[in-house]
Order: sequence, then structure tokens, then C-alpha cells
Amino acid sequence: MSTPTSNTNPLLRAWYDKETRSIIVQIIAAALILAFFSFIINNAVVNLSNIGKDINFSFLWDDASYDINQHLIEYSSTSSHFRAMIVGLINTLLVAVAGIVLATILGFLLGVMRLSSNWLTQKIAYVYIEYMRNVPVLLHILLLHGLIITSLPRPKGSYNFGDTFFLNNRGFQMPSPEFQSLFWVVSGSVVGGLAFAWWFSRHAQKVQDTTGKAYPVALINIAAIVLLPLVVYFILGSPIEWDVPALKGFNFKGGMVIRPEFIALWLALSLYTAAFIGEIVRAGIVAIDHGQTEAAQALGISNSRVLNLVVIPQALRVIIPPLTSQYLNLAKNSSLALAIGYMDVVATIGGISLNQTGREMECMLIVMGIYLAISLIISSGMNWYNNRMQLVER
Amino acid sequence: MTKETYAPGTHPSLPPPKNTVGVIYWLKENLFSSATNSIVTLVSIYLLYLALPSAINWLFIDATYVGTTRKDCAPGGACLAFIVERFNLFVYGFYPAELRWRVNLATLLLVVAGAAVLWDKIPARKQMLKFAMVYPFIGAWLLTGGFGLEPVSTHLFGGLMLTLIIGVTGIVFSLPLGILLALGRQSDLPIIKYFCVGFIEFIRGVPLITLLFVASTMLSYFLPPGTTFDLLMRVLIMVTLFASAYMAEVIRGGLQALPKGQLEAAESLGLNYGQAMRFIILPQALKISIPGIVNTFIGLYKDSTLVIVIGLLDPLGIGRASVADSAWLGLSTEVYLFVAVFFFISCFGMARYSLYLENKLNTGHKR
Repeated sequence: MSTPTSNTNPLLRAWYDKETRSIIVQIIAAALILAFFSFIINNAVVNLSNIGKDINFSFLWDDASYDINQHLIEYSSTSSHFRAMIVGLINTLLVAVAGIVLATILGFLLGVMRLSSNWLTQKIAYVYIEYMRNVPVLLHILLLHGLIITSLPRPKGSYNFGDTFFLNNRGFQMPSPEFQSLFWVVSGSVVGGLAFAWWFSRHAQKVQDTTGKAYPVALINIAAIVLLPLVVYFILGSPIEWDVPALKGFNFKGGMVIRPEFIALWLALSLYTAAFIGEIVRAGIVAIDHGQTEAAQALGISNSRVLNLVVIPQALRVIIPPLTSQYLNLAKNSSLALAIGYMDVVATIGGISLNQTGREMECMLIVMGIYLAISLIISSGMNWYNNRMQLVER
Repeated sequence: MTKETYAPGTHPSLPPPKNTVGVIYWLKENLFSSATNSIVTLVSIYLLYLALPSAINWLFIDATYVGTTRKDCAPGGACLAFIVERFNLFVYGFYPAELRWRVNLATLLLVVAGAAVLWDKIPARKQMLKFAMVYPFIGAWLLTGGFGLEPVSTHLFGGLMLTLIIGVTGIVFSLPLGILLALGRQSDLPIIKYFCVGFIEFIRGVPLITLLFVASTMLSYFLPPGTTFDLLMRVLIMVTLFASAYMAEVIRGGLQALPKGQLEAAESLGLNYGQAMRFIILPQALKISIPGIVNTFIGLYKDSTLVIVIGLLDPLGIGRASVADSAWLGLSTEVYLFVAVFFFISCFGMARYSLYLENKLNTGHKR
């Protein structure tokens, strides 16, 4: 190996200098990257002009002229593509949020079951987790959808729960609320209850920090959030009318329905992700040094409080980062809705709208942009929570 | 009772206390150690009792294995006749029947090449590894034909064979690409670093099916006018890129876990960047990342099912298409469970191999 100083050739000398070399390498890399992008963008421009297309988002305001069977906001076939996209986005967010909630609950349950001292529970959780993790989520979705469609009865033979809830292969029929004029007072009392709970838990924490006196915070807060609105609701004479579904001919009229596609997608995503969360939770709890539990027990703290005050807060620090990526995966996997016809954002703007208008470029840009935004929001939210939970070091 | 005496050290071992051995003790300790535990056990047993016998009845005892239409199947049991009849479709897709020996041969050679890579006690491993290096070309040649073999269009590929093609290609190419991306992300050179960061974060932020859509419908816009190439090839490239972004993050974790002293020591010995990475950094970083790497492989393998949304027929796609067959209506559960068994075996196998590898490479530094 020759040393830099023994070289008299100035070009070689420049190459052996670390600073110069890094600049040269970067210039080459930048040139290659720029060349690549200008090549594909140029190709796209040429190809698009060859077939007489341009990049134009004004199609978003044209009539969509297709129906969406699940819409939480006003939508009809005369609405615009933009509105169809919003409906799809709401459906995506609905299934993602519902999935995250159920997956978290089930996942924590599975994690605790995996660590249970009961041999049978432990093995059941193990078999469940291994089955769920090692089979593709798309297969779970299709399997559940198929099960719901083929094994649930037709509307005529619905499973009937007290003549108000019905389960059949068209979905889960339930009463829909019709809010009367005084209902805003009830909503107001819910907000009031939440505000009180927020203030009270901070106040109780302060009192406990200064005097050591502990209030039954959870009980009082539940009373404020649940009981107060209930009392207000009944004092005002029940300002909600329920529109109860009823069998008319071959199908149900009235009420609202949770469609089988939603149920299949929601359950499949949650059951699948719960298996991963279960393993994460188990790893998090195992990572806590046994001395922590023993020290807490030596202080005479009861077993449930050891779990709540010592083990879980520390385990959460280990759990949250991988949990975040599971949430992201769940949100992205919700795009598999397409396979069973749940009208999410991919199926609306990236599916039917794309096919009707032929604007692949614009539609895919929108879909990708939406998913990037969802990913960013979830990860920044979880980062914020993670920073709050981190150990504060001096 | 007679009193026996023993010289020190000659006393025979006493049997363990009666209440710490045997089935009863095990049951008591593991299932009925406390009141709550007993209740949980009883509830679990009851739930298993509700679920298992009827499932076993449905799947095995009442199942029908032979038949040509749905009507041949006994009601109340699984209709496995369908799977028996279509088995070749599930395995080979629409690959021409008289050429299927080529798929079989390619699979056999894959097993040989795979054994060489995965099992280090195989005889003549050096030669075997050389064979494994050229296997991708041999496999591609056997499957697509040309050079003396009858060419087969990739449109006819399907079934388990397609899953294996996507899985193996993705696994083989995403690891090196992921290593490069991870090193690029750790690089001191800002342009390279931010390019890698941008690429990784973009790929990780969007779902795979949007990328597959791009591959199937839009990629021709970005190529010089008039060029087209095979759909399967485009899908393979997209799946590889997708997996490599996740791989890069896993390997970055391994790189970050190494103490900085390792690189400094390598540099002080006079190794250049390439040597330091090859001999010092990567062997350690990759070893730490094995569980993550295998998890990414498993994820890639499972994600290969998503190709059904752009019309390729992997086992799941064939299953979904055949569920709609009018002679065999209403069989989705049987078909999907069959495909699930296949995926379970392959993915569970990979996970087990990862555990074995972790234990083998564990040099005792693990805390």
C-alpha cells in the first residue's frame, strides 16, 4: 500500500485526501441521482404528451357518478371525486383507528397470557400467536370475509338479539340514533365531564405529591364521564329517538348496519396485529429486571399496584417504539380492503376514480401522499408519547 | 426401623419427596396453583371443548376427499375433494403440464442450493456455495426456458411456484441492497445519506399495493417510449425494493448497536472503509440483526400474496378465483385454510431456523 505522501501525481494525491475524495464521490452520486430523475421525468413527459395526457388535478371536481356503500358523511353518485376521496379516507381512518384500539387491547391480553403461570393459557396464547403471525394478513381477511358471507344466515334467519340487534350475512344491523333538539345539553355534559376529569386527575396528583393523600381518582372520573351525561340524559327525558331496524321483505329497513366487509377487515387486521403486539408486550415485560418487582414487594406494595406502578411504566418504554411500527403496519395493511371491496381510500380514489378518469399519475400521487401523511402523523404522535414516557435522566 | 450407617459420600440418593413429582404435582403446579388459576383452567378447557371436537369433525372425520363437484361433498364436513382435484393448479399455476418436470427440477436444485447456504456442515460446502451463487440463473433458465428449452411465458406462472419465485428472489436481492442502503444512511456524505433516508422513508410510508399498482399500470410511463418488460419482472423489482427498505432499517439497528470503538480500532489498524466494513463491522452488525432480518424475510414472503390485487395468481389468487367457480361454490374456508397451512409451514420453519442460527452464532457476549 502506498502512502499519500509518496505520490507526486496531483490527481492521485487528491483522491487519497479524505475531504477531497468525499466531495468527488458526492458530486458523482449527485450527478447520477439527478441524471436518473431527469431521465424518468423526461420519459414521463414524453410518454404523456405522446398519448395526449397532462398532469391536472381538476378532475377532482367532476361528478364521481359511482356509489359508495359505506359513507359517514353525505355522499351520492353526483358528488365529486374529491368527496369520494374524503369518504374513502374516512373509511380508511375508521378501520385503522378501530383496528388499533382492538389490537392493542387483545395484544396486551395475549402478552400477559403468554407470561401466565397457567400452562394451558400460556400454550393457547402461544398457538394463537404463532398461527396468526405466520399466515399472511390478506389470507386472514379473505378467510374471515368468506366465513361471514358463507356461514352467517340470510337476513330472514338473522341471529336476533332482543329485536333490536340482528346479525346476518349482510352485516350487523343495529338501531341508529336520531338526536332531538335538546341533545346538545347531553353532549355538553360529556365535554364537561371530560374537562372535570382532566382537571381532577391533575389536582389529585398535586395533592398526593404534596400531602401524600390519595383520592380514588379512577372512580370519581368514571362517575364524571359516564354517570353525569346519563343523569342529564334521563332528566331531559331521553332526547334520542332510536330508529330500530326491522325485517321488510328480503332485507332490513331502518337503523344502521356495520357491513360484513368492515367487520372482516377490522377483525382480521386487529387479530393479526394483536399477535405481534402480544409478543412485543411479552418482551417488554420480560425486559424488566426481576429485582424491580422484588423491591416493590419488599416495600409491601400490593401485587396489582406493583404491576401498575412499577412494571408497566418501565415496560412501556421498551414496548412503545416497536408498537409504533405495528400501528403503522396496521394502517398500511388497511389498504388490503381492496381485496374484499371495502371502500377505503385505495378503492375509491385509487380504484374506481382512477379507472373512470384514466388519471393514474394524479390518483396514485394522491393515495401515496395520503398514506405518507398518515404514517407521519402516527409516528410523530407516538414519538411524542414515547418522549413523555422516557426516563428523565439528570 | 434399622439404622444403617454409611461412610461419608456413599449414601445413595434419596427419592425426591412424594409431593414434588408426577402428573398430579405437575397439574397442581401448572393448572390449579390458585383459585383464579383453577377457574381460568376450567374456562379454557370448556372453550377448547366447545371448539376443538367440532373443528376436528368438520376438517377430518366428516370431510370428503374425492369428488368432482360440490354436490359430491357431504354436508356438514369440509369439502377437500376440491383441493385434491385442483392440487396441481395450486402448485404449478397454469404452467404447461408436460413441462412441469422443469419446475420440479428447479425446486430440487433450490433445496440443494438452500441447504448449502443454510447448513454449514454439508459436505464439499465450497463447491456447493459456488453452485448456490449461480443457482438463480439456472433456476430462471429452467423456469422461463430459452437456450434450447421450450420458452414458457411468465403469464402462466402461478401457485406455490410463484410464491417461491417471489420469496426467493426478494430474499436473495433485498439483503445486499438493504446492507447498501443501511450503510448509505450511516454515511458521512450528506448527499448519499439523504438520498438513502428519502428512499427508505418513502418506501416505508406507503403500502406495498400502491407500489405494485405503480409497477403494473404506471411504470411504462417512466421508461423510454416503446419499452415494456415483463409484469412478473416488474413485480419482483418492486417487492425487492420494498423489502430492502425494511431490511435497511433492521441492519441500521445492528450497526447502531455496535460500539464506536470497533470502527475506530479498525481504522487505527489501517483498514480502509471497505475492509473495515467487510471484516469488522458487518459480521458483527449482521449477527445482531439476524432475528430482524429473518422477520423481514417472513414479512416479504407473506407480502408476496399481495400480487393477487394486480392479477397474478399465487395460491391465494388461485383460491380466490376458484371460490367463484360455479361447480364449487361456497368453499372459501377450505381453500383458504389449505393455503394458510402452506404459509404456516414455510414461515414457521423460517422462524425456527432463525432461532437455531441465533443460538449457533451466540458467542457468549449476549447479556
